[in-house]
Order: sequence, then structure tokens, then C-alpha cells
Amino acid sequence: MTILVIAEHNNAELNAATLNTVAAATAIGGDIELLVAGEGCSAVAEAAAKVAGVTKVLLADNAAYAHQLPENISLLIAEIGKGHSHILASASTNGKNYLPRVAALLDVDQISEIIAVESADTFKRPIYAGNAIATVQSSASVKVITVRSTGFDAVSAEGGSASVENVSSAQDAGTSSFVSEELAKSDRPELAGAKIVVSGGRGMQNGENFEMLYKLADKIGAAVGASRAAVDAGFVPNDMQVGQTGKIVAPNLYIAVGISGAIQHLAGMKDSKVIVAINKDEDAPIFQVADYGLTADLFEAVPELESKI
Amino acid sequence: MKILVAVKRVVDYNVKVRVKADNSGVDLANVKMSMNPFCEIAVEEAVRLKEKGVATEIIAVSVGPTAAQEQLRTALALGADRAILVESTEDLSSLSIAKLLKAVVDKEQPQLVILGKQAIDSDNNQTGQMLAALSGYGQGTFASAVVVEGDRVKVTREIDGGAQTVDLKLPAIVTTDLRLNEPRYASLPNIMKAKKKPMETLKPEELGVSTASTLKTVKVEAPAARSAGIMVKSVDELVDKLKNEAKVI
Ligand SMILES: Cc1cc2nc3c(=O)[nH]c(=O)nc-3n(C[C@H](O)[C@H](O)[C@H](O)COP(=O)(O)OP(=O)(O)OC[C@H]3O[C@@H](n4cnc5c(N)ncnc54)[C@H](O)[C@@H]3O)c2cc1C
Ligand SMILES: Nc1ncnc2c1ncn2[C@@H]1O[C@H](COP(=O)(O)O)[C@@H](O)[C@H]1O
Repeated sequence: MTILVIAEHNNAELNAATLNTVAAATAIGGDIELLVAGEGCSAVAEAAAKVAGVTKVLLADNAAYAHQLPENISLLIAEIGKGHSHILASASTNGKNYLPRVAALLDVDQISEIIAVESADTFKRPIYAGNAIATVQSSASVKVITVRSTGFDAVSAEGGSASVENVSSAQDAGTSSFVSEELAKSDRPELAGAKIVVSGGRGMQNGENFEMLYKLADKIGAAVGASRAAVDAGFVPNDMQVGQTGKIVAPNLYIAVGISGAIQHLAGMKDSKVIVAINKDEDAPIFQVADYGLTADLFEAVPELESKI
Repeated sequence: MKILVAVKRVVDYNVKVRVKADNSGVDLANVKMSMNPFCEIAVEEAVRLKEKGVATEIIAVSVGPTAAQEQLRTALALGADRAILVESTEDLSSLSIAKLLKAVVDKEQPQLVILGKQAIDSDNNQTGQMLAALSGYGQGTFASAVVVEGDRVKVTREIDGGAQTVDLKLPAIVTTDLRLNEPRYASLPNIMKAKKKPMETLKPEELGVSTASTLKTVKVEAPAARSAGIMVKSVDELVDKLKNEAKVI
């Protein structure tokens, strides 16, 4: 059995989520090949070669793959992956974008966002915003799977010594081109991998008030997230949304401030180790999942917490 | 140009579903069903493109049981011109849905197909991408803006790090994200008018599509429950608990 894992990266660095995806591959068992497709991404391939458990790195360095355009990269992955037992990618916006295309090209179903490996053909995945966990079995010749990072503890980024093999294939479907990208810049940890997350909701009232959360976050080394209501209202950018249809996080500590606790929000954070909720409404559903609940006005409680923590 | 919009009948987003005692699935008896919220956004976007004079005809298509006619009628009330129900009572995989939609695309030859990014029941997030692959079309997934310019479309996408814009050759596939638009409500006169709009019913066999799947659901369980927490009385108590009990700070 040889498993193909698609590396998540920005042409310069290997994204940490790849280590969780390799962990899922390790749980399945077999040789693990890591595909690095991009442009000018040899540094990524070098990092990939050191990842624990990886047997071989395939480097497809070509302009066609520079921006992970799904029309192009899916052709490459389908071509390389068809002889493999499994093809795995992170359930990132990249993986979700190209992997279903790969599955369709190979005429197999895809299994989305697995959180556990039962055996080489059986996996667990949440459905209905995490209100149910399905165990699914696949009889596909190639099992095409996206992996939810929070379900698997990352393998070590060091210790491996895989060989790097160049892949010359350059697949350009000619149907799409990259125009531009606006990436949020922040010195805070990335939401997906942060040990502590502080999130604000509609109760924050506006974007300026989020400064309170940024101050608290900086004091405890946290990432900052938000509910959909806070994003929709324009308080913060979309990449901060936590939930069923946003980012899934499972930090050691999640502090929800002015968030009611709709099922769609809970879906993105209820696997956090410790949950704190600050809300002025004592009946807010968020308190049902909180380990520590504080009924208070956030405009008093958050500055106090920031000064005392 | 013609736009095809795919709408799915799903459990209403306000419903907290329960797992059946025999672990065969979730209990959907007597539960409110609605149009998948991302599909509402898809219909709205198509209607806006028609209002701008970009689109000439909007066709809503759904794969599902007879009852999915309700959601198609809603799409018609929101502004779609006609509807197609591909009738099936089976629980089909996204690949099968994509194959059925591809057969409808082949028949109707739309320039743009708009789908939701994700069905809130399966949480699959696959169908649009699969349809794009089967059709050989470009895709603009998780769209927050869609601009048609001649024979191309620019799609701005919500991605993990922020936003990305891609340029696609038409015909193309778009899947909607939450911030693409705010769907309107259907007015009573439009709901009445929708009753007279054409609705065609097709069977998967008529479309020549096999819906065999490589996936089997072995069981469905409730997620692990969180143990009950406590309410603290003050920020001081909270800080103390976090430092000395939970030891997370
Ligand atoms: C298809 C779909 C997908 C969705 N996906 C997501 C998702 O991924 N993530 C997500 O978060 N939501 C998602 N939602 C939206 C979700 O249903 C809720 O609408 C949203 O989570 C509510 O956000 P909120 O808790 O910030 O706002 P509200 O529900 O309005 O809650 C605000 C809370 O703030 C409290 N508050 C107000 N003022 C103060 C104060 N001064 N001090 C203390 N507390 C205060 C209030 O008591 C209230 O509990 C989705 C919805 C749909 C239909
Ligand atoms: N049975 C269906 N009928 C019509 N459209 C569907 C169906 N299933 C999925 N879709 C479309 O595909 C989108 C994504 O669904 P999924 O890939 O299942 O998460 C939905 O928002 C719909 O636009």
C-alpha cells in the first residue's frame, strides 16, 4: 500500500497542517509519498523530506501549479495518484478545492474531513454540523480523503530522510488563471494550530472593540477568531470565522466572548480541551458546552481578565 | 446566457438533529426541511445576474424525492424561470449527484452553473468541484464575488488566509460562500406566480447515469458529550480556575 499525501504550502514553507495529514496516513499504514506541487518550492520539498514517516517526496515545480489552481493540480494528482491506495489532503480551502476534482477524475467518491481512521478502508467523519459522527467504509480502488487536522496529532517535522524525486509533468487545463490574492497579515499564531483561541461575536458591537480581544490574545499568546455574525457585520475578515462552514479549531483553551453558541459555531470549536464563555445572557447556549461560564458584560469582564490573567 | 442553479432539500439549519437509536442514521421524521442555505445564496446570485441583464434564463435543478419540489417552487418564487427535478429516493453520493447534474448540463448547455459550497447535512463540500471536473470546466469555489465579463467570469474566493480572485473561461462552475449576497424572501405574489412556472421531472435512468457508490455508511453515532461545566462568579475565580484547576494558562 502506498499513500499519496498532498503537501499544503505557500511555495516557501510547508504548512503545519500537512503534519496532521501525514499522521492520518500513518494511522492507515503503508509507504507515504508526499507530493509538493507548486512553483519555486524546492525549499518546501526539503522540509517535506524531513517529515517523520515520509518515504519519498515528489516535487512538481512548474508555473502551472504556482497558485494551486484546482483545474491544473487535480490533473497532476490524478495522474500520479491513480496507482496509489489512498490520496490524502488537508481539509483546508486548498484541499477542499482540488481534491473532489481528483476523485471525480478517478471516478471514485471522496470522503470529506475524516477525524479518525478505523482501518485502511473505514473512517469516521462528522456530519450535520458535528451533531452526528458517521463511520463510512469505502470500496474504491483509490480512496480519496480530506483530513480534518484537529482529528490527528501532528507527526514530527524532523527525523525523516526521504529522497526527493522530480516530477516533470506540467498539466495546464487552460480554463483558469490566477488574478490576485489578499492575505491577512498577523503576528499572532495561526487560528488552525493555535494553543489558545479568543473569539468574539456579535456582542463585540464593532471592529474597534475587537482591540480588546487582540490585547488579551497578545498577553496569552492566543489567536483571534470570530463568529459568523461578527464577520458578516464586517467587524473582522472572513478568514477569522470559526464554525461548521469556517475554520475548525481544537485548542487547549477557547474563550468565546459575546457569542451565543449556535450549532454552526459549536461545530467549529466544541472539541477544544477547555472552553470559557463570557456572555451577559445566562441562558446563552454557549454555556452548555463551556467548562467555565461567566455571566457578565464583556466590556467589563474582558479588560479585567486581560489585566489579571 | 443561461444559468443552472443546483438546490438541495436539507434539514432546516435551526434543527438540532438526533441520531436514531439503532445507529442507522439521523432521525428526520417530522423535522422541518428547507432549501440548503448555500443554495439560497446561489439562487439569489443567479437572480441578481438576471436583473443586471447578464443572464437570460435561470433553471433550478434538484436531485431528490418528490418532496424536493417544495424547494424548487421556492427557487421559482425567488426568480428562477423553470425547474427540473431528478427524482430519486436514494441517499446519493456527491459523485452521483455531480454525474446527474452533468447530464442536465449536457442537455441544457448553461454558461454558468451555481451551486452551494456545502450541503449542511452531509457537510461534503464536493459536488461543484466534481461537476467541474466531469465537465472539464473551470471552478470558482467559496465565492464572495462573481463578475461576468464577456466570455469570462472573475470569481473572488474566501480562502484560509484571506481572499483570492481567479479568472475563468465560460462555461464555468461557481460555488457560493456566505458573504456572496444576502438572499431575499419570496413575496406572496411571486409565490403564487411560481405555481404556474414549468417543472419537469426526470429519472436518473432517463439521464443514463449509474448512481452506484463506493461508499457505505456503517453506522451513525452521537458525538461524545462534553462533561458539565461550572459557572464562575467573578473574573478572579475564572483566572484561578484556568491557572490552578485547568492549568491551561
Ligand atoms: C449555512 C450556515 C452556516 C453557518 N456557519 C457558521 C459558522 O461557520 N460559524 C458561526 O459562528 N456561525 C455560523 N452560522 C451562523 C450561526 O447560525 C449564528 O447566526 C452565529 O453563530 C451567531 O453569531 P453570534 O453568536 O456572534 O451572534 P448572536 O447569536 O447574535 O449572539 C450574540 C451574543 O452576544 C451576547 N452579548 C451581547 N452583548 C454582550 C455584552 N455586552 N456582554 C456579553 N455578552 C453580550 C448576547 O447575549 C448573545 O448571546 C451559520 C449559519 C448558517 C445558516
Ligand atoms: N441532491 C442535490 N440536488 C441538487 N443539488 C445538490 C444536491 N446535492 C448537492 N447539491 C449541490 O451541491 C452543493 C454542495 O453539496 P455537497 O457537495 O453535498 O456538500 C449544494 O449546495 C447544492 O448546490
